[in-house]
Amino acid sequence: MPYLVHSPQDREEMLAAIGVESMDQLLVDIPASLRVDELKLPDGLSEFDTMAQVQSLAAKNLVFADRLTFRGGGVYRRFIPTAVAAVTGKPEFYTAYTPYQPEASQGTLQAIFEFQTLIAELTGLDVANASLYDGATAVAEASMMARVQTGRDEILVAGYLHPEYLEVLRTFGEGRGMKVRKGDEPNAKTAAVVFQQPDFLGLLVDARALTERAHAAGALAIACVDPISLAILAPPGEYGADIAVGEGQQLGLAPSYGGPHVGFIACRKDLVRRLPGRLIGSSHDAQGRRGFVLTLTAREQHIRREKATSNICTNHSLCALAASVYLTYMGASGLRQVAETSFKRARSLADRLGKVPGWEPAFPERQFLNEFPMIVPKPRPLLRKLAKKGILGGLEVSRWFRELKGVVTFTCTEVNDPAAIDELVQAVTS
Amino acid sequence: MTELLSFELSRPGAYEPRLPEAGVSAPTPAELLPKETLRAEPPDLPKLSEPEIMRHYSRLASLNYSISEQFYPLGSCTMKYNPVANEAAAALPGFAGLHPYQDEATTQGALELMWRLERALCAVVGVDRVTLQPAAGAHGEWTALRMIQAYHRSKGDKRTEVLVPDSAHGTNPASAALSGFSVVEVRSGPDGRISLADLESKLSPRVAALMLTNPNTLGLFEREILDVAEMVHATGAMLYYDGANLNAFMGVCRPGDMGFDAVHMNLHKTFTTPHGGGGPGAGPVGVKADLVPFLPHPTVEKADGEFKLDYRRPQSIGRVRSFYGNFGMLVRAYTYVLAMGGDGLTQASLDAVLSANYLRKQVEGVLDLPHEGPCMHEFVASAHNLAPQGIKALDVAKGLLDRDFYAPTIYFPLVVPEALMVEPTETESKATLDAFAGAIKEVVEQGKSDPASLHAAPHTTPVGRLDEVGTARKITSYLSGQSEEPILRWKRVRK
Amino acid sequence: MAERQYTKTHEWITVDGKTATVGITDFAQAQLGDVVFLDLPKPGRKVTRGEAFGVVESVKAASDLFAPVSGTVASVNDKLSTNPELVNSDPYGDGWIMKVEISGEAPTDLMDEGAYKKAAEESAH
Repeated sequence: MPYLVHSPQDREEMLAAIGVESMDQLLVDIPASLRVDELKLPDGLSEFDTMAQVQSLAAKNLVFADRLTFRGGGVYRRFIPTAVAAVTGKPEFYTAYTPYQPEASQGTLQAIFEFQTLIAELTGLDVANASLYDGATAVAEASMMARVQTGRDEILVAGYLHPEYLEVLRTFGEGRGMKVRKGDEPNAKTAAVVFQQPDFLGLLVDARALTERAHAAGALAIACVDPISLAILAPPGEYGADIAVGEGQQLGLAPSYGGPHVGFIACRKDLVRRLPGRLIGSSHDAQGRRGFVLTLTAREQHIRREKATSNICTNHSLCALAASVYLTYMGASGLRQVAETSFKRARSLADRLGKVPGWEPAFPERQFLNEFPMIVPKPRPLLRKLAKKGILGGLEVSRWFRELKGVVTFTCTEVNDPAAIDELVQAVTS
Repeated sequence: MTELLSFELSRPGAYEPRLPEAGVSAPTPAELLPKETLRAEPPDLPKLSEPEIMRHYSRLASLNYSISEQFYPLGSCTMKYNPVANEAAAALPGFAGLHPYQDEATTQGALELMWRLERALCAVVGVDRVTLQPAAGAHGEWTALRMIQAYHRSKGDKRTEVLVPDSAHGTNPASAALSGFSVVEVRSGPDGRISLADLESKLSPRVAALMLTNPNTLGLFEREILDVAEMVHATGAMLYYDGANLNAFMGVCRPGDMGFDAVHMNLHKTFTTPHGGGGPGAGPVGVKADLVPFLPHPTVEKADGEFKLDYRRPQSIGRVRSFYGNFGMLVRAYTYVLAMGGDGLTQASLDAVLSANYLRKQVEGVLDLPHEGPCMHEFVASAHNLAPQGIKALDVAKGLLDRDFYAPTIYFPLVVPEALMVEPTETESKATLDAFAGAIKEVVEQGKSDPASLHAAPHTTPVGRLDEVGTARKITSYLSGQSEEPILRWKRVRK
Repeated sequence: MAERQYTKTHEWITVDGKTATVGITDFAQAQLGDVVFLDLPKPGRKVTRGEAFGVVESVKAASDLFAPVSGTVASVNDKLSTNPELVNSDPYGDGWIMKVEISGEAPTDLMDEGAYKKAAEESAH
């Protein structure tokens, strides 16, 4: 059997050392009525056969080429520098445990400290945590922070927040009597106004106005932001938002059918004690050497137990490491190039699609970065036609928003070269 | 060795990565978007060339202990070998390249993998269905409690309390509170097992569930589990299983058969997905028939030979995260289950129990063993007997780091003073176990002959004990505005 | 100055006319370890006997602070925001936590030093 190390002789010696004759004597506490004869699973396989089976499952999936992927909706194809996998593939990183013994975990702790700094810089806010599971749960966690901070019960969702994030927010809210309302006008019951920038359709919202309106009502402003967009758009810190959250998948993580990805959260300094999850701080040892440690742990579940703001016990550390490597590799300049190239190509694509008979922009007066909604005459047959040509066309959003019948959002990033855009337009018009 | 931060190594004018030109004629953001929507200052990110970046991360990697290099006897963490085949499986383009919003017709392999994994987990723990959505153990725990809550509400039953043993992991009461329950502690008896008498006194029509792990956090099988289940069910409450210790008895017995209604599992423990320095993991939850209607959606169903995502679940508690789960971790776990099979998983648990009892025997007389054996896959020792020498569990832990072992879990469970919780797992050789027992003896000797050096341990790690108190106080200072140093991030000092 | 009295939850209280001074006991600070932060109410807030009015945090623990009397917060010890360690070094003196204007009668069901010491010893089993 694979991965087991004891030989029959080892087992005999160990039983003898313990002073028993058989395993049954060690399992004596288990009532006989509970014992099972065997697990109803096939026997184990050789690595050859295991991988053959796994590969045959993988082969049943159709993977679209990066350059021919024009579908976003929260998960995007990006250029991922080889350095990212080279770093996250190091066993010292990926097989390491949670850094509870800091002396033995400085690699992880420092890398994630860098992540915290990178996110704080990107979002323009004071402090970021060591990461969360995904953008959806990050929105929920930020909302719970606002609830605890203000003592108010309502979360107001303004505009087109990712529908799955909204759903998760509601699921979290039900447990704690947190009400979720969709609308534009916060009131005295509103703990926070949540908005997404750019929104789920890719359109830019007036983040400053939403923030001011929230504050005027005594509520917090929670901005759910696209991390790449922060290379060019005003970050939450600049327009006064209290908490920034988002999904970090675009920072070096494969789509991987939806996970694992990485959520991030950053806040103003007076909210830091409410931050859920792990926080890493800098410290020193007796010789004055700098080191990093998990800190403010008294906030967390294992100490506060039922009084913690959240039950989150963990972070998506390896994914946060990938994001760190990506951001460090790209730097502000690389990130800006990625955002600008995506912007220009999306504009070019939008112009050309806008000229297709029967097609028109769904919100022509609104600005977008690199994702945009088009009204398309017959979305389903169109997308099927594109798929037959190996193109993953846009995302039909009417499945979530009935008022957006016929609306399909298209995404363009730096991986969609001009020839690929030509292919898409040709396929659409053929 | 220490390593500077990437921000400190950065310098202006360093190489900047080249990306393809846009190659299309279109305005730039600055030309099109109103100025107030644009970022005034670029973010202050590091500027480093690729050779410097790779050197930086390689040096950071060398500062880490990891299961690939050191033995991690961490109780309740099941730090077993992370098979490299699992990494190859998850990296297959046919899995890594899938967009979650692709048509299901194009992701049949992924859906089939999830369906098969679900069935395999059902067989291991003895339940009817499993949700693969939760991203982590605590996340799964909360998901299970929400399902239990939804079940009671569907019966018009208002139950506001959850019972949790005093030996439970901190996430148990936190997850319960997050679901809006109040938490009531149940005491353990003198043998560390749940006190039936105290349980009896705390059960009432207000109780929604009892949360238990078996074996308990002391590594002892709850012998009276069938009685516990009967008592709990008699009051209409449900029984929740915390799967932290599932590695103790795969193929030997099943939580479902013990009467557990919701069975939580940690793929990053029992099913060997790597810890990644803290995550990502996955926390699937198995349920019996009564809870099936409340499973998060979508579930994966098979009909007419095809696999589908099922959203038509009117009583579902909804989504607990975006998309379908930490799919990459599901691939790893499935690969492991395929490779091990029923016979392999059973032997894994048997070896885990054998190794724990063997190691426990080796530390007899060196550390205090507060509970009678046999243990299951882990045991709790106490450094209490070393108090006359002024040695604490923390000192033992730090002394072990100096001997190239990661330390066991310390100060948990709370019911044992100066606790050291040890779980060797089935993937450590007898030679490693012997070496570890020898190291503990050495540490105790060091504590007797040179206590000062033990209190100052570790000496051989990249840094020594860190001033955690000082760090926390400096953060207080920063947060109250008395100091400019953030501590929680690097900040450029502007002159 | 009246004698110091104690609660089951390890707070101490001295009463001078209508004003009570409250802190945590030496036993409590030893259990907590080095205090790093206190979350205290603003003057003017009402507190209720037996209910939590704040939190004291160390690196390894966070404990609720329970009010031994009902009343209105007159002042909190400002020094604790920069020097939380005073709670450890001088829990009965400079480490005092809050002063309360008592509403109603002063409580009579608190423990004296002897009774508290006994109760504390038992709870530390």
